[in-house]
Amino acid sequence: MAKTYEEINAKIRSGDVVVVTAEEMVGIVADLGPAEAAQKIDVVTTGTFGPMCSSGAVINVGHTTPRMKITQAWINDVRVECGLAAVDMYIGATAVAEGDPLNREHPGLFSYGGAHVIHDLVAGHDVRLRAAAYGTDCYPRKELDSWLNIRDLNEAYMLNPRNSYQNYNVAVNQFSDRDIYTYMGVVKKDLGSANYCSAGQLSPLLNDPYQRTIGIGTRIFIGGAQGFVYWQGTQHDPTGERTDGGVPKGGAATLGTIGDLKQMDPRYVVGVSFLGYGVSLALGIGTAIPILDEEMAAFTGVSDADIVAPVTDYSRNYGLNEGAPLRRVSYAELKSGSIELEGRTVPTTPLSSYVRAREIAGELKSWVQSGKFLLTEPVQAFPGPSDSPGFKMFNNRPVEEEGCE
Amino acid sequence: MSEMAESRIVLHFPKKLLDQPVISTAIQRYHLSFNILRANITQDQEGLMVLGLEGEPQSIEAAVEWMREQGVRVRPLDKDVTRDDARCTHCGACVVVCPTGALALDLDSREVIFDAEQCVACGICVPVCPPRAMSIHF
Repeated sequence: MAKTYEEINAKIRSGDVVVVTAEEMVGIVADLGPAEAAQKIDVVTTGTFGPMCSSGAVINVGHTTPRMKITQAWINDVRVECGLAAVDMYIGATAVAEGDPLNREHPGLFSYGGAHVIHDLVAGHDVRLRAAAYGTDCYPRKELDSWLNIRDLNEAYMLNPRNSYQNYNVAVNQFSDRDIYTYMGVVKKDLGSANYCSAGQLSPLLNDPYQRTIGIGTRIFIGGAQGFVYWQGTQHDPTGERTDGGVPKGGAATLGTIGDLKQMDPRYVVGVSFLGYGVSLALGIGTAIPILDEEMAAFTGVSDADIVAPVTDYSRNYGLNEGAPLRRVSYAELKSGSIELEGRTVPTTPLSSYVRAREIAGELKSWVQSGKFLLTEPVQAFPGPSDSPGFKMFNNRPVEEEGCE
Repeated sequence: MSEMAESRIVLHFPKKLLDQPVISTAIQRYHLSFNILRANITQDQEGLMVLGLEGEPQSIEAAVEWMREQGVRVRPLDKDVTRDDARCTHCGACVVVCPTGALALDLDSREVIFDAEQCVACGICVPVCPPRAMSIHF
């Protein structure tokens, strides 16, 4: 018998709700089957904690005296975007501090960037804001150099164009004669490592492969706070190949997310530096999936053995958009510590913390159990496999003469 | 014969000792065997060596004491690479670059275990760690 969101929320309010993590659900569905599991379990919580580059934060610093229409600004020497109203800014997670040698001395360290600024704000640390303006009649001030603390900001919220990729590549280095430095970490030469980045069976979108219960308006765990999905993420593409269980065999759905920085926990909002690559934000995201019926129980019962990812060469093929995956491997194989590739045993290394993914799913479970976190029916569904435009590569039209349409 | 022991130590040689056969003298004098785990000259022209010594415990102790008398700074290895557990997120990015398996993923708990005993203080993990939880002190 199917359950509704209202019925599940009523159980959350009365304290009668039965919640398990997606990891616990694997065994429950295997033992009881999806029909019985759907009757017993009301909510399954998921979690993931990994680098999510397409993240950032909107802040409003309040008006200065005299007023200033800030046109250029740096926080702890990281350039922030000011192409908005006078004192609104966007801190992009991957912006690197000015003066960083980048990859001039390869591999560069990229020790501090926008993600670290966001972490410092969440942690309550003072940061230094420097700003410049050209000055107008209504905004006469031209310069500013001041300490800034999150408690003094009007608004500070994360606004992330793309988080929580549903599945991802496994990176290998097939062709280079040296180790390569990527956003998937250091990938060892001669197929010396296979680097993967997903929480697998605990990951939010892998537990709801067609996004039946997640869409615009869905309440989520983000960075230790309650936030929302505001749109499908950029590059959202549910049109690719799927397993018999409906799980995409490569990167597919994504989430656009929003959440109040002032409510977040620095433990789940961590600036990270990838040697030779750049800065990213390691972010914790979790969802609470309503077990509306047998189908949702079956989906959330997905295990690491049921999820496969494409092993992709990052020394040439990824960069040049060439070649095909070497093979697909399951997360169960990846998590065993090594995989078989081209007749060789290749050690695996994760980039996404399963320990913290577990922690997030557990934390969210306790929020639902204690009535702190209610479920939301999507205001609108994401484009699905049949109505999504899919994913386009860049349409390169080199400019030679006056020839635009 | 008494029990054999193994000890891993970090040696700093001041510039003036760089051309002296300190180690070969020490191991002959105290009947030890040794294994060079790492050796280089630092920017300030100091010599740095990570050494595994094997022999009777009191001989190792005496050899270390003798090297100190010659002007070598000697410290146990396990103090040299440390992990800030508050920063480590247990992502696993370090596991693949660690040449000795001192950083390894526990397949059940999924935590990255740091075994200082196996660490040879090569320092490769320090810049590779995304939240920069590892540091090296020589």
